[in-house]
Amino acid sequence: MLEIKNLHVSVGDRKILQGLTLSVKAGEVAAIMGPNGTGKSTLSYVISGREGYDITEGEVLLAGENILALDPAERAAKGVFLAFQYPVEIPGVATMTFLKAAMNAQRRARGEEELATPDFMKRVKDASAQLGVSQEMLRRPLNSGFSGGEKKRMDILQMALLQPKLGILDETDSGLDIDALRVVSEGVNSLRSPERAFLVITHYQRLLDYIKPDTVHVMAKGRIQRSGGPELALELEKHGYQEYLAEEAA
Amino acid sequence: MVKLASEAEAAFSSFYEEMKTKGATGMRSAAWDAFSSKGLPNRRVESWHYTDIKAAMSKPAPLAIGRAGVEAARTHDSIRLIVLDGVFRPELSNLSALPEGVKVQSLRDALAQGTPGVMALIASADVQTDDALLSLNAALMQDGVILRVGGGVTVERPIELASITSSDEAQSSFTRSLVIMGKDARAAVIETASALSAASIQDNQALIVRLAQGASLNLFTHATGQGEALVRVMSLVAHLDEGATLSAYSLIEGAGLLRRQIFARLDGERARVAFNGATLARGRSHADTTLIVDHAKPNGESRERFRNILDEASVGVFQGKIIVRPGAQKTDGVMQSKTVLISDSATMNNKPELEIFADDVQCGHGATCGRLDKDQLFYLTARGIPRKEAESLLIEGFAIEAFDGLENEALRDFVSERVTKWMSGRTA
Repeated sequence: MLEIKNLHVSVGDRKILQGLTLSVKAGEVAAIMGPNGTGKSTLSYVISGREGYDITEGEVLLAGENILALDPAERAAKGVFLAFQYPVEIPGVATMTFLKAAMNAQRRARGEEELATPDFMKRVKDASAQLGVSQEMLRRPLNSGFSGGEKKRMDILQMALLQPKLGILDETDSGLDIDALRVVSEGVNSLRSPERAFLVITHYQRLLDYIKPDTVHVMAKGRIQRSGGPELALELEKHGYQEYLAEEAA
Repeated sequence: MVKLASEAEAAFSSFYEEMKTKGATGMRSAAWDAFSSKGLPNRRVESWHYTDIKAAMSKPAPLAIGRAGVEAARTHDSIRLIVLDGVFRPELSNLSALPEGVKVQSLRDALAQGTPGVMALIASADVQTDDALLSLNAALMQDGVILRVGGGVTVERPIELASITSSDEAQSSFTRSLVIMGKDARAAVIETASALSAASIQDNQALIVRLAQGASLNLFTHATGQGEALVRVMSLVAHLDEGATLSAYSLIEGAGLLRRQIFARLDGERARVAFNGATLARGRSHADTTLIVDHAKPNGESRERFRNILDEASVGVFQGKIIVRPGAQKTDGVMQSKTVLISDSATMNNKPELEIFADDVQCGHGATCGRLDKDQLFYLTARGIPRKEAESLLIEGFAIEAFDGLENEALRDFVSERVTKWMSGRTA
């Protein structure tokens, strides 16, 4: 589903990703673990198309298609979804207006019919009930005055409505207490499917207790240093990232 | 009297010779003296520093004359009173829909008859402001609507004061309307200013609001125009007695040069004012909102929240001053102006000021000016919303923030529609 080949990315003079290669199959949940400042968030932004990153080499393929030339909206319509580490508050934009605009923009981009209002309302109602998103939250401006947990649930609600091919969770556990983490994780787990891949970016093992990965990749110094199964996460929890950083430095 | 040098001032002088025969001679004469001692303000006059009205009005067009009726589309569910090309037109207005306890008179008649209460009010309004354009308005006022809401009367349906210019030829108009509300009266007024042509119109209009003890007025102002040749000065002079409330919202769609100036005096304890609004400007239009809120008595409250959205080569101005007089203790004032510049060529001038002469008050102001927030823009586009649509959503949202608390649902919808329509007219 996701194929990243020899990706080199700089911001200004600073090289952040240095030859990152990664492959995630449809149906797979891949965890990316690594120390702070190693380029994990950069990776999620580059895949989803944020401005300000200079891609000097490499390819990012989604279902076989190179998406690096596409703008963020086009990538979203192709099936990329980024659940933000810190979803932004947008006062003045009504949540429902936003949800409808996003769903219909993606449908238009794919040449599908726009949703009629009753159909749209029903989808939102069903998905929000499952994620414990209250009607009151839906009536507020987007993410405005939401707690950290509410913002994350709103993001997962969007993922449930938009049904992406690739869900990227960028440090989804940051700012969440255990209860919120459980709700968010259950939301993600319910979206696991053979047609969908997930990239779960995290600093800690904790999140992976709730969202069980199929593969674990250790990222340091701008590339994947080691790949393995879920047991790799436990090993990292015990020994930390020091060996990967030290090897690089040597 | 100072010798009037410029072409403009000579033209105003001839207007004055004509208008002083139409009643209120003493008042006009005092106002004319006040104006001519100052002349049209140039940019060295502090309150007009960012708006060069002297240059904009250098060649006044002939004085407006009443014209045959025109079809001006209704935009609000209201009792509409029309001032067309400088003249109040009762026959085009819904006078029959006015409820009991509400009286309407033309300013022209009041001036001709010297209606005592009205004359005193008009005179006091101008003393309060010391503004040359308002003095000019008092000296040359042609007509307007005097709306009186009796003590204890509640008016449910909004009353619209619609000022329309229809002339295809250049004209100058000077109108003045009054809203006089008795003790504990409640009403909603919609003030609209529109132009049906792109002619070179110079419009100087004033709205004088007088709220007696406990009176409450919801005021909604909508100004639009056409073309670059429009020069419009809209003055609002509000005077509030004890416990009175003025809650004002405005939507200004820039066209040509537009200056809206607000002078509010809270002259009784526990008086409250709120001025909120959004300004949209593009092209080469110039949109100025200048406001002075003067707290003269204790326990007053004022809230100002303005949003400016400037595109292309437009220029915005926000000047806001909160004055707290000695003894106006426990005053609570918050003033905020935020601006989004959509284009690199747009310019905003922000000047918030506090003048506080009492020691136990809470006053604050904030002014920001910037581009659209990149994080917000990325968030929306990352959900599949194309960039231009995402920008529109953000800009609409930003404008709508100024209307939080506007209770009239129809007006909220009206604002949304206008902002959306304005956004759809973006060329870049």
